[in-house]
Amino acid sequence: MSYGNQFKAHTQLKLSPFFERTSKLNESQEWRRWSGYLAATNYELTHENEYFAIRTKAALLDITPLYKYIIEGPDAQRFLNRMVTRNIGICKVGQVMYTPWCDENGKQIDDGTVQRLSNHKFRITSAEPNLEWIEYNAAGMDLSILDDSYATAALAIQGPNSRTILNAVTSDILNNLKFFWMMETRFGDIPVSISRTGYTGDLGYEIWMDSKDALSVWDLLMDKGKPFGITPTGLQALDMARIEAGLILLDVDYISSRHAIVESRKSSPYELGLGWAVKIKKKYFIGKRALEAELARGSEWEFVGIDIQWTELENHYRKVGLAPGLPGTAWRTSTPLYKGNEQVGYATSGCWSPILKRYIALAHVKSEYAQSGSTLDFELKVEHYRKVTPAIVVKTPFFDPERKRSCP
Amino acid sequence: MSVVIKYDAIVIGGGHNGLTAAAYLARAGKKVLVLERRYVLGGAAVTEEVFPGFKFSVCSYVVSLLKPNIIRELMLPKFGLELLPLESTFTPLDNDYLLRTADKDQTYREISRHSPRDAETYMRFGPLMGQIGMAVRPILETIAPNAIRPSLADLGAMKKLLNHFKTLSDEQFEYLTKLMTMSSADFLDEWFECEPLKATMAASGIIGTFMGPRSPGSAYVMLHHYMGDIDGAFRTWGFQRGGTGAVSMAIARSAKHFGADILTEAPVEKVIVKNGRAVGVVLENGDEYQADKVISGLDPKLSFLKMVDESDLPSDFVTDIKNFRIRGSSGKVNLALDGLPNFTSLPGDGPHLRGAISISPSYDYLEKAYDDAKYGNFSQEPYMDIIFPSVIDPGMAPPGKHVMSCFVQYAPYDIKGGWNNKKREDFGDSVVNAIARFAPNIKDIIIHRQVLTPADLESTFGLTEGNIFHGELSLQQLFILRPAAKWANYKTPIKNYYQCGSGTHPGGGITGSPGEMAGKKILRDW
Repeated sequence: MSYGNQFKAHTQLKLSPFFERTSKLNESQEWRRWSGYLAATNYELTHENEYFAIRTKAALLDITPLYKYIIEGPDAQRFLNRMVTRNIGICKVGQVMYTPWCDENGKQIDDGTVQRLSNHKFRITSAEPNLEWIEYNAAGMDLSILDDSYATAALAIQGPNSRTILNAVTSDILNNLKFFWMMETRFGDIPVSISRTGYTGDLGYEIWMDSKDALSVWDLLMDKGKPFGITPTGLQALDMARIEAGLILLDVDYISSRHAIVESRKSSPYELGLGWAVKIKKKYFIGKRALEAELARGSEWEFVGIDIQWTELENHYRKVGLAPGLPGTAWRTSTPLYKGNEQVGYATSGCWSPILKRYIALAHVKSEYAQSGSTLDFELKVEHYRKVTPAIVVKTPFFDPERKRSCP
Repeated sequence: MSVVIKYDAIVIGGGHNGLTAAAYLARAGKKVLVLERRYVLGGAAVTEEVFPGFKFSVCSYVVSLLKPNIIRELMLPKFGLELLPLESTFTPLDNDYLLRTADKDQTYREISRHSPRDAETYMRFGPLMGQIGMAVRPILETIAPNAIRPSLADLGAMKKLLNHFKTLSDEQFEYLTKLMTMSSADFLDEWFECEPLKATMAASGIIGTFMGPRSPGSAYVMLHHYMGDIDGAFRTWGFQRGGTGAVSMAIARSAKHFGADILTEAPVEKVIVKNGRAVGVVLENGDEYQADKVISGLDPKLSFLKMVDESDLPSDFVTDIKNFRIRGSSGKVNLALDGLPNFTSLPGDGPHLRGAISISPSYDYLEKAYDDAKYGNFSQEPYMDIIFPSVIDPGMAPPGKHVMSCFVQYAPYDIKGGWNNKKREDFGDSVVNAIARFAPNIKDIIIHRQVLTPADLESTFGLTEGNIFHGELSLQQLFILRPAAKWANYKTPIKNYYQCGSGTHPGGGITGSPGEMAGKKILRDW
């Protein structure tokens, strides 16, 4: 007896509302998972054009898989101020704040942006689902929580031409929209929100829209952006850009304290280079006491950029008769860093930066070895043999163009 | 006539633990004999062709807890151990279903459909239980010390355990304490809100136990089922190619490889005890075998109340063994099918049939099933853990046909009026009806039906009262109290008489652990 293949469980990966377009454009058919969605690794067979679109033209990225929550109500500000480390009290309507948030022990759970949509309405984005944490901490407060992850589609348009393209599409001119601010506008008759934010460290914007408008928005941007080099861009190019910008990635550069299993896997914002985002003078926020104590005694770890030195790297390869082996894409393998015979840290992601012509990486380094300018030994494999090569601790971002913040 | 042959050690019972003990002894160079009553090895871990062409893991049907060091030390992969993954758990409901798969994103998405909050919690719950499992493992892997009259070696073992406990995190301590004391329903209520999710997880807290999901103590049984790992992945369950009997056969081949002799259809009548020492066994046919050590793989009731005379044992020990709780609570229904059941809520022969199917829609469903049993009836709507071995391993049934294994709870051993043929068939009918509620076509595709009541489990497999664990996994009979205080280290009050079955620490399931640790203890005492 046979019933044919009627099996209809919800077992596939989620498809973004842009999938109808992105799936046809993805020549490489290379996909990664991002929060249970199918997300393009690269659209072309190599990622290079997409990377350079971010830095020299305009890249269009589907960022729908981000988790998004709407927090609305009289207590929304009070709640968010309690949850995150930045001061939401001074966040004006139309402003966006990047912020980490922590558990009671001051260990980081996630990081994302808080958008103030109106006096009592906020949107918070995150890398992992945080609904449970939000609900748990909002107990007894006068607010509503809406998981907006699927209903709101999102695109990022990043690169020097992104403003020009948006100006050609929107009913308003974006010239006065400042870095980390947002505005409500329209693409023809489609309402969208545009925030001047992104994950590339370049001039760029993120567009938030109702999922049902996703395809129209995509088509408009692709059409008007064509003369300015708009390029659908995948995660491989994005990964390089975010490393150049010194932006951390959950589950790659750090592990959420909610999922860390062992204590040593957890990091505080201070240990992730986000001390600037911890407003320790704030009256109360989750993790404040532990972070005060950490501030007083000094953090055990720091999160730094390292610059892997070219001459020595080249020599390693020359000795075996090869040209310097540089990674073509960003890597995410934890790589040891030594001082003498002692391991004093580990790099968590790195890449060759084609725009900077430097081999860069992001790394956790024990505080006493983490001063800018100090030299560490970076482990690498040259023709199957382990070697070490010097790497210098540097400040991030590695790449920080003036256009990122400036207005015309 | 009686034949007299002398062995170093004789193991009574060719179940997987007896075979494991024999393999360890043979591996150490001892001359070992295993005596099995039935025609086939494996005890409750046995594969039999019940109907021509249809092979069944007649009793025990999945593998998770088999200890990795036993797999290595007895070289089981070389002798036929092949564990296929059970990829999913499917809980059919009347108008919906819950399907958890091996994939994190799929499972997150599926649980979100029922409760977004639970989907998140679930991702934290698994790793936490893994951590708790790690916290408990050293206890399971320690030969239970005599805590009442400890020897120096016992004190050493206890110190080692205390040191281990010092390394646990606050979280591990907190949840370990809760799991040791709470009911699985109460414990899961602290985490989840989705009924079918909670009920399906709680179900592993009642398996083989005369308790409901709301009975205190059931959380520990749940933990016991969480402790398995395959290839280092915690709490994964697998299916042995060829059925669980093939696990026993792999251990048997290993034992033979190390030089053990194994006899089937050789039922032992009695252990020969002279001057308080075991010196051999006599078979039902009168054959005698002498040995320096006699090891029983049977349950404590058979080992001490049948194999030896009460007069050879201290009376307080006999009392402890008589009080040892071994109430059977489950039955097994094995079906030979002409096709696959079509679940109304998720039709078709999809990947959900490659995993476990759990009939556990809610706590109330399970608790009501228990209520029936409390008052001496089998459950009208029983809890079931179902697999389709032939979907995972096509060799289990003729091409196009299937076998279906239904672990059914509750079926009390002490049923009102006693078990008889009519009651067995009524029980079988209630099982088929309970399946038909979710997959109505089941009734049209059954070719053969084998129904095993607790009474059948006792008479066929020698499981006293039909208890699949050789005694319940409740706190008062675990670790240093399993099966009795002072005798939890595989020794018995009779010198040279040892025990190695699931009724000893760390308990039931295809772990091999009692057999292994008994074997190692005997070698240490030698």
